[in-house]
Amino acid sequence: MSFSAFLFYVLAAILLASAVRVVSARQPVHAALSLVLAFFTMAALWITLGAEFLGLALVVIYVGAVMVLFLFVLMMLDVRQTDKTPRWRLHLIPALAIGALMLLEIVLLIVDGVKTKTALPESAASMDKPLDNTRELGKLLFEDYLYSLELVGVLLLVGMIAAIVLTHRQSRFAKRQEVSEQIAVTRDDRLRVVSMPAEVEAEDATAHSPDKTGGH
Amino acid sequence: MNRLQRFLKTWLLLELLSGLGLTFRRMFKPKFTVHVPEEKTPQGPRFRGLHAQRRYPNGEERCIACKLCEAVCPALAITIDIAEREDGSRRTTRYDVDLSKCIYCGLCMESCPVDSIVLTRIYEYHGEQHSDLCFTKDMLLAIGDHYEAQIAKNLEEDAPYR
Amino acid sequence: MIQWLADFFGSMGTPGLVIWTMLKIVAITLPLPLCVAFLTLAERRVIGAMQSRCGPIRVGPNGILQPFADVLKMLFKEVVIPARANRLLFRFAPLLALAPAVAAWGTIPFSENLWLADLNAGLLYIMMMSSIGVYGIILAGWASNSRYALLGSLRSTAQLISYELAMGFALVGVILLANTLNLGDIVRHQAGGFWHWYFLPLFPLFVVYFIAAIAETNRHPFDMAEGESELVAGFHVEYSGIVFALFFLAEYMNMILLSVLAATLFLGGWMAPLPFFNELPLLGDGFLWLALKVAGLLFIFLWVRASFPRYRYDQIMRLGWKVFIPLTLVWIVVVAVAVRWSALFGGGA
Repeated sequence: MSFSAFLFYVLAAILLASAVRVVSARQPVHAALSLVLAFFTMAALWITLGAEFLGLALVVIYVGAVMVLFLFVLMMLDVRQTDKTPRWRLHLIPALAIGALMLLEIVLLIVDGVKTKTALPESAASMDKPLDNTRELGKLLFEDYLYSLELVGVLLLVGMIAAIVLTHRQSRFAKRQEVSEQIAVTRDDRLRVVSMPAEVEAEDATAHSPDKTGGH
Repeated sequence: MNRLQRFLKTWLLLELLSGLGLTFRRMFKPKFTVHVPEEKTPQGPRFRGLHAQRRYPNGEERCIACKLCEAVCPALAITIDIAEREDGSRRTTRYDVDLSKCIYCGLCMESCPVDSIVLTRIYEYHGEQHSDLCFTKDMLLAIGDHYEAQIAKNLEEDAPYR
Repeated sequence: MIQWLADFFGSMGTPGLVIWTMLKIVAITLPLPLCVAFLTLAERRVIGAMQSRCGPIRVGPNGILQPFADVLKMLFKEVVIPARANRLLFRFAPLLALAPAVAAWGTIPFSENLWLADLNAGLLYIMMMSSIGVYGIILAGWASNSRYALLGSLRSTAQLISYELAMGFALVGVILLANTLNLGDIVRHQAGGFWHWYFLPLFPLFVVYFIAAIAETNRHPFDMAEGESELVAGFHVEYSGIVFALFFLAEYMNMILLSVLAATLFLGGWMAPLPFFNELPLLGDGFLWLALKVAGLLFIFLWVRASFPRYRYDQIMRLGWKVFIPLTLVWIVVVAVAVRWSALFGGGA
């Protein structure tokens, strides 16, 4: 067994264990963290297969951003623990059906791959040659599939705007600050120095004495 | 013009840079640090530190047990018991100051008609437990005896302003 | 000597390679805590000087041993785990904060041929490591079962995610100019005097990058995560002793890492500022210049801390999203057009 094969089995074992942990953990935060571990191991697997850009991007996007937001929500919701008696039976049949379907799809893919002999190029799993599929991927994305990429981008943008429009409620009472205007204020805008003659005589000082205000 | 000026000021971070310049210039100015224990900050004659009880030059303690200090103390740090001495004079049998209560306001010193209880310039003392900080009459008198010269000088220097 | 060692271990096959790599890792990670130690000392001295006081000068000559005294003190303090805290994650969080800060050093080129891994996607790797660092903070806040810690960690997480975008966009400018993700190649593209360094054509991006770096490391004036006045100490309020020291170490290592990255990407890495320095012995292209640049950038970190008051939280967010991201996007377009233009008509950038 070569070193890369050994690495593969170790990573695959960790991946499977953490994936099981995602669905079996009682504590939602633990489940989310297991998912993080699963993503991370997945990225490591991809890197050993020579897809270093995909692996790193997976970690940056999913581990670095998406899962952090997940954790954010979990913490804010303060979900202590799920029900003591998980309703296994209720979800068992649909879960098994979906799982079986996914398994079938993957098996079909693999069988097809074995038949047509395009599964893995010879050099993909070896760490000997320097990894450089970032450039190839960029060329594919921005030259061959440019229009589809742009379309996907526009689609995401539309989705983002839709989400904002749907959830954003402008309150009539909301008060806003315009920071740039606040900063731009000078002394002359706020302060007026009035020159007045000094008050000299104490004659009508009695007019303001506490006796007159009736403070008995 | 004004608008342009403001635009430039904002985006060239001019105000931030002037702030940075100020701190940078400060770096080379002399420092204000007083190197305690080697150096000490100067103390005025009104410094309010550890308490002391004074005596007259003939050795008689000044305190006449009028209890004004006990009455005026805002922190209730002073406890006084009184008895008549053999010679018929009114004296304290107990004069305790709890330093853990004392707020060093100096009101006891102000109220004392015979300048008996005073606050000295001593500020470096400590106690490891509460009882270490409860000073009795004997201890206060001992402090007074030891620092009498300094205490007298303080009172003399401060006298013109009272 | 280094060459000889490399040859010696290289001749031993795979085990030799493993040992040689381990040695290199140790050679990189061992000096790091030392750098952090002296950075804390420098911080206290510099800020002290800017505030007209001395800072630590008692331990050792001129206070040079102060960091070691601090470490010793931390070591002997008790690690208190709060009641009802999540014990496992509470202990795990500092490691999660520290590990990426150390691991990211793997692809940093220290000089022409002094590095651990010559990764082609090196820049991406470092971005990945810096994006993982959030977990230490978020878990520390959650696991300590304390309001202050949770609020601090939420604040700092939101801040880190926001500023990572601005930082990423700033790096895109560098990638556009250098046409590669390999850090060593990026430095080599900047060869030949300081007027070839990227901070000149990318000056706005450089400024944005540096400010975002300050925000990423939760330093003043962006230290809302700690915010003594309202959150006591933020996410690490429940940590004490050596576990707290790990967070401290992670923060300062990140500071050094981002400074090294700034020096590599914008200030020509190990290159000398003037080509004629290359003729001189000792001063030629090499580690010394990188160290000098990093020291200068770290000084700016401390200088900024001594100068500015803390931001209000909504203004941090406004600065990140409404100022930095549009600014970087505009400048990226400018750079992209310029690169394309010179490729089409200039015959070489």
